[in-house]
Amino acid sequence: MAEKSRAVLTGKHFMQGDIACAEGAIAAGCRFFAGYPITPATEVAERMARRLPEVKGVYVQMEDELASMAAVIGASYAGVKSMTATSGPGFSLMVENLGLAFMTETPCVLVNIMRGGPSTGQPTKPGQQDVMQAKWGSHGDYEIIALAPSSVQEIFDLTIEAFNLSETYRTPVVVLADEIVGHMRERVTIPEADEITVIDRKKPRVPPGEFASFKPDEDLVPPMACFGEGYRFHATGLTHDESGRPSTSSAEAQQKLVQRLCDKIRKNADKIVKTERTMLEDAEVAVVAYGITSRSALSAVQKAREAGIKAGLFRPITLWPFPDQQVSQVAKKVDAIVVLEMNYGQLVREVERAAKETPVIFLSKLGEEPHKPAEILQAMRRALQ
Amino acid sequence: MRLEIRVAGFGGQGIIRTGLMLAIAACIHGDKNAVQTQSYGPESRGGACKSEVVISDEKIDFPKVVDPDVLIAMSQEAYDMYVDTVKKSGTILLDPDLVQKQKASSSRVFKVPATRMAEQLGKTIVANVVMLGAFTSLTNLVSVEALKKSVLDNVPKGTEKLNLAAFEKGYAYGKRLLKEK
Repeated sequence: MAEKSRAVLTGKHFMQGDIACAEGAIAAGCRFFAGYPITPATEVAERMARRLPEVKGVYVQMEDELASMAAVIGASYAGVKSMTATSGPGFSLMVENLGLAFMTETPCVLVNIMRGGPSTGQPTKPGQQDVMQAKWGSHGDYEIIALAPSSVQEIFDLTIEAFNLSETYRTPVVVLADEIVGHMRERVTIPEADEITVIDRKKPRVPPGEFASFKPDEDLVPPMACFGEGYRFHATGLTHDESGRPSTSSAEAQQKLVQRLCDKIRKNADKIVKTERTMLEDAEVAVVAYGITSRSALSAVQKAREAGIKAGLFRPITLWPFPDQQVSQVAKKVDAIVVLEMNYGQLVREVERAAKETPVIFLSKLGEEPHKPAEILQAMRRALQ
Repeated sequence: MRLEIRVAGFGGQGIIRTGLMLAIAACIHGDKNAVQTQSYGPESRGGACKSEVVISDEKIDFPKVVDPDVLIAMSQEAYDMYVDTVKKSGTILLDPDLVQKQKASSSRVFKVPATRMAEQLGKTIVANVVMLGAFTSLTNLVSVEALKKSVLDNVPKGTEKLNLAAFEKGYAYGKRLLKEK
């Protein structure tokens, strides 16, 4: 119990986003962090370095981001909930081993506090420019789960959710936050430890001799034994059969494995996807925004309503899998959609695809500040003309 | 009611900490909602730096400052960049040794030589707390008790006395300025 109370800092805090992210991870049961500091995600690592030893966890400062991701995979295979945190340039290095995590179906959490890119870009400034990289950054077919928090409370909550999803589907999950959410400070309420839902990976239900490490259950997710638990376990980045042994020539093995890796997310999308709808019931124009820009949008929607414009906000909390159906439903009911992003056009393509005939206006913002509510209001007026 | 405060100067002046102490005073020791955001360059000292605080009775959606009610300017660059953004009914606090070129403004302007006053206390580093003391008496937006508590909670151990003295000095200076007006 004493350890439990050290792990969950129940109470009200005035906390920074990065710190809340670390606290969410620890509350979810994360006991291993391997990383390499990078603005604006360094505070996640700093907090983990201080906090993990208090809860008998391990923090490792690695030599770079490639090794960080590799260590996270190793620790997860040893049975410990593991994570890393980085920003754009580090994420680029991690996607190599992120692919290995997909192929080996390793539960783990990767936090990307997005700054301005490409390359080293603007280290201390916010961006939402890694949205497509999260989806397509590693080679081959796979389905990522990515969550976009818009407040300090939500980065706490969604980091827990990220661990739960990663354990449920035996897959890496990305928390995609922006510099503003990462560095912003506001009130966070951390519940009692008993009130926090924590999900652990499925364990084998057969004796060691009968276990096949990649044989899925009906939900397409294979139970996972951990190294050292007595089960024979073979893991590889090569295409493999259900026993985990390489199968590099069989078309059937490739078809079966890749399809299952994608389908375990696609077919469970209904359970994974989270969205938030605000004042959309009678809306004529919908704003689609996520992360920090959704807060600009909320302010703009309220201003629009005061000005007699029927506006509403659709906020994808889960960016991947993309909430196709939910966006289509919104699109059918409104005359126009305004999409806000702190990039030069990424998620807007998904919105356009889902919106079909409904016109979509895109409002890009690059650099220091998120969209100002007045700018969004103007775009809504333009959209309705 | 939504209240927007922008603190701006150089990295190393305690700009971000000032915003943080203000926000904690309002949110934890007061009963308001508060959000503090920050913006700084890659340099650890000397680059442009600002910290923004939004205080409200309601839930805060847009967390950034657009037209501040209060601007605290601790460098010429910060003053030049933000002086025109302040609301007409707003307040500007500036350190006249660091902001030597000023222009006419319809906002209330108070000159608080916080850095010089901090030097008199023996440590330039507490200039931000002197400014925070002056802010408290000049604006009356956040209670003295809440701010004092917040200052004490957010300074390194062993420097409480110095910081409290800095706060009091700024607070008294602000009172005096008000009387003179």
